[in-house]
This record gives sequence, structure tokens and C-alpha cells, in this order.
Amino acid sequence: MLKNSRRIMNKQNRIRNDVLLVAVLLLLCAVGILYLFVFREGGDTVRVTVDGELYGVYSLHEDFTEEIRTGEDDGQFNRLIIQDGRAFVESASCPDGICVGHRPIFRNGESIVCLPHGVVITVFTDNDKYAPDIVA
Amino acid sequence: MREKSKNVAFLGVCTALALILAYVEILIQPLIPSIPGIKMGLPNVIIVFLLYRRSAASAIGVSFLRILLVSLLFGNMMALAYSLAGAALSLLFMIVLRRLNLLSPVGVSIAGGVMHNVGQIMMAVLLLKTVELSYYLVVLTVTGTIAGILVGLCGSLLVRKIPEKLF
Ligand SMILES: [Zn+2]
Repeated sequence: MLKNSRRIMNKQNRIRNDVLLVAVLLLLCAVGILYLFVFREGGDTVRVTVDGELYGVYSLHEDFTEEIRTGEDDGQFNRLIIQDGRAFVESASCPDGICVGHRPIFRNGESIVCLPHGVVITVFTDNDKYAPDIVA
Repeated sequence: MREKSKNVAFLGVCTALALILAYVEILIQPLIPSIPGIKMGLPNVIIVFLLYRRSAASAIGVSFLRILLVSLLFGNMMALAYSLAGAALSLLFMIVLRRLNLLSPVGVSIAGGVMHNVGQIMMAVLLLKTVELSYYLVVLTVTGTIAGILVGLCGSLLVRKIPEKLF
């Protein structure tokens, strides 16, 4: 009898802990979303890396199109378009198409990633301490 | 001896079920209007079930076998690295949390789902040598939590409804 009521108590505790876990996770997400979407200003440049190596740096303020070619295979590409101060991948040959489905990026630190091709497209501001030195 | 072969057959069925769930997940992906690439982690239903009804070892075995088969059948080797990292971290957290007995199976499943995403992103940070993946982590944590609740409810339903004697 006593053991049984204790088991029920434990069960209630565990469910309370579950709710606590979900609350903490959602709180973390809320903080993350605030950080990502509210407290970031617009960027100036777009940096493209392929497998961690720098591929190119382009201005966000001018409309521009670049076909990012990766791998030995000629058909492997990500078509990057910069338009109206936003960058997006218009089309790509990767199997998952995640980079193409990604919304346009323009805030400092935002990025589009193509995992299959190892391509990372990231927005920087000109006065960003993390920006690479090559940005003249 | 008979017990042993029964166990092997049971784990084989579980692997097949996890494989089917992984395939269903690939099939329904275009139907869900969400960010592409986000997976619900349906096979985790089987993993949670095994963790509670069998052993940590069988959960680990079925999980890795499932991932190996899925990447051989539908994916590429790049996807294999991400999946393995995600599964390893997810299993580690679920096994430890199960031992601690602080959460219900649903909570354990949520933690597993979220850590699966964290593991994948950690692997991506490692391979792509960039830390600018925080956006993905935030989005994946939200979806991982929601999916984890659904998966956890299914998993705990299996744990409760399927009689021990059956196998
Ligand atoms: Zn892509």
C-alpha cells in the first residue's frame, strides 16, 4: 500500500520533471530566437566557404549571382543569388535541397548551409570582429 | 539456446520496424509544411521501447543497425556521419536519464530527440569548421521537442500495451 502510493508519487514527479524539461527547452529556444531575429542588425557582406575553406566574399548591397561549384563532379553546384540586400540559394544539385528551401538571409551571422556539398554561406557586417581579414 | 535465437529474431523484427519508420519519415517529409531536412525521429519509438522493455545494449544495436541500413539504402556517406553522431549522443542521454529515473519515458524520448539534433549539428560544426549553425540548433530544438513529445507518447504506449509475455 505504502509502496504503491510512493510509486504514484514518483510517477507524478517524473511527469512534473517532463514538463520542466519541455519548459526549459522552449525557454532556451525563445532566447535563441530573440538573439537570432531581434537583436541582430543587417549585414554587409556574404562569405562563402566550402569544407571550411574560403570560397569568396560578396557584397550584400549589390545584386549578384554566383554559381558555387564544388567537388570534381561538374554537375555539382549551388546557385547563390544576392538581390535587394538578401542572399539565397536559387537552385542546387544537392540531394536534399535544404539550402534551396532556406529563406533569404540578410542579418549579421545568419547562414545557409548545404551539408552534402559542404557549402556555408554566412552574412557579416563590415565592422564585425569575426569577419575575415580579406574584406577590404 | 532457444531464448537466444528468439531474442535475435525479436531484435531483427525491431530493426525492420525502425527501418520502415525511417522510410515512412522520408515519404511523409514533403507533406509536412516545415523546414526541409527536419525529421521527426519516428524510429526513436522503437528505440525507446527497447530501452524500457529490453536493454540499453539492444537499443544501441538496433539503432546503429538501422542507421547503417538506411544510409546504405536511401542516403549517402555524409548523411551517415551526421546520423551516427546524432544517434550516439541521443542514446547516451537516454540511457543515463533512464537510469536516473527522473523522467517518464516521454521525457526521456524528448531529451533523446533534442540530443539527436544537437549531435548532428556538432558533427556539422566539426566537418564544416563553422560555428555559424546556431540558427539550425534553435529551429531543431523546437521541432525536436514537439516531435519528441509525439514519439515519446507512442513509445510509452508501446511499453504499456505490449505484454511482456508475447516475446
Ligand atoms: Zn544543398
